[in-house]
Amino acid sequence: MALTENRKENGTETAAVPPRGGAVRRITRPDPAARSRGGQRFLLVGLVLASAYSLFPVYWLLVAATKDRVGLYQSNGLWFSDFHLWENLHQVFTYEGGIFLRWTANSFLYAGVGSLGGTLIALATGYGLARFEFPGRGVVFAAVVGSFLIPIALLTLPLYLLFSAIGLVDTPWAMLIPCLINPFSVYLAKVYTEATVPFELLEAARIDGAGELRIFFSIVLRMMTTGGATVFLLAFVNTWNAFFLPLTMLRGEENWTLNLGLYNWTGKRLESGIDVTSLVLTGALLSIIPMAIMMVAMRRYWRSGVTLGALK
Amino acid sequence: MIRSQRWKGAAFTVPFQLGFVFLYLLPIGYAVYQSLFLEKQSGLGLGGATTEFVGLENYGKGLSDSAFMTSILRVVLFACVQIPFMLLISLVLALFLDAVTSKVAGRFRILLLVPYMIPGVVAAIVWINLYSPDVGPLTPIGDLFGFDWNFFAPSMVWPAIGNLLTWHGIGYNMVIIYAALQGVPRELFEAARLDGASELRIALSIKVPFVRGALVLTALLSIIQMLQIFNEPALFRNVTPQTVSDSFTPIMIIYNQAFNAANYHYAAALSVLLALILGVASFLFYRLTSRAAD
Repeated sequence: MALTENRKENGTETAAVPPRGGAVRRITRPDPAARSRGGQRFLLVGLVLASAYSLFPVYWLLVAATKDRVGLYQSNGLWFSDFHLWENLHQVFTYEGGIFLRWTANSFLYAGVGSLGGTLIALATGYGLARFEFPGRGVVFAAVVGSFLIPIALLTLPLYLLFSAIGLVDTPWAMLIPCLINPFSVYLAKVYTEATVPFELLEAARIDGAGELRIFFSIVLRMMTTGGATVFLLAFVNTWNAFFLPLTMLRGEENWTLNLGLYNWTGKRLESGIDVTSLVLTGALLSIIPMAIMMVAMRRYWRSGVTLGALK
Repeated sequence: MIRSQRWKGAAFTVPFQLGFVFLYLLPIGYAVYQSLFLEKQSGLGLGGATTEFVGLENYGKGLSDSAFMTSILRVVLFACVQIPFMLLISLVLALFLDAVTSKVAGRFRILLLVPYMIPGVVAAIVWINLYSPDVGPLTPIGDLFGFDWNFFAPSMVWPAIGNLLTWHGIGYNMVIIYAALQGVPRELFEAARLDGASELRIALSIKVPFVRGALVLTALLSIIQMLQIFNEPALFRNVTPQTVSDSFTPIMIIYNQAFNAANYHYAAALSVLLALILGVASFLFYRLTSRAAD
């Protein structure tokens, strides 16, 4: 449904149309100003209230990250008191020998490299499924869709046993290898191929004597930039947010992700002498920042990706 | 299509197929295999353990395990309350966005999507601190209005988690429903208006039926997620272990059986059971909702 946006691959459209899903279709809408003003006001009030609900926790986190221990426990939670953000940041980055930076680097490694590999495999598979007829194609696609229903525990626990048998547990590979195979990415890649790579073009390239690999790498991948970016982004966010897999696979602190580290810190708050609460909150704020940057920078892609994946 | 091309096409999917076998089929098969065995201590446990084939014994034990069954019932009951509530709000917000100018809609949509950008673990950390009687603002606000609420009390912990999930999920579901709303032919509205239908009537009689597919899909995804809920209760358990037990949700039980009790065989059987329940629940939900359409 949101395909109208993705078909225009050359990028010029981006500048002309604001990054808003379905903006094209909006032209045919009746002028809402013609409707009752009271009705519009009612809608606005509803939207403002909902936005306040959405933003309030983030606002509070931002305020809390600027407070020291005393401020956190004694000042008004809704407003700033003394400004201690820099001390808090210093504390987060130096606590336990700067382990927080290590966790950040790990999260970037797992999410970045894992998603890149997973996206490449998914694009190749999606292309193969969408543009070739071969025996077993239906089985592969059924496996892709069917695997959406498999609970994470059913995969992760035996995978842990298998990985520990071959010595991969507690190494970065235990996070990277599972990222390479992502059925949802394959599904998206197939949908994108169907929308953006015409049969005729492939035929033309074949008549010109191009090999299949060359067609894939120099024509198909280039046409799928938008689709590929969406697949990568969603996979990145998924891995960045992952919790059960790292909790199962990673034992030593030095391989943990940000999520796992923050989870561990929340468990510590009761026993430790140092103020772990403000560590947790400042760390939580920091761990949102890369997500926010990614999302804003690529919102055109991920929004169409989210809706596309859901509606096809 | 020429024969050789077929195989070249199949070759593009080979890396995925190999990975799928290694990361999906093999583990599932291994879990099923493991679930048929049981580790038994010989004598006083000094002679080491032996692994014995026990057939379906672990499954029988799982089905009569009251903690496991209670945890499933707990998440199912919770899903029956939280998911309709969350989807109703998402639907209303999507309808609101659809009824304002596209400029206004674009702005609010971004604001409403902010929670979706926040990792689940971080979202739970933030809300746990908001709920916290020591640092969170909600307890003093409650005092102000005369509520003496304690979000970590047994009766409040599900509403507290429910609010967290609703907050986290509204934006995503709203975007999907809103995208479906964009597909409603606008001429229908004109025709209805000419016939004297109010905006509310148009929303209820044209728009909502039109986005039924999106609602079914978002509900199905939410059900699948809910039956596997783990992160949020695990974080709540960190701060209030007396309220959130280690057998609060099915995945928590499976995790504990595997890693704290070191009972992989039983954990494997429970995860197979959970997969079957998930499959049946999804199938039933799909059948029920598609029959209602006819």
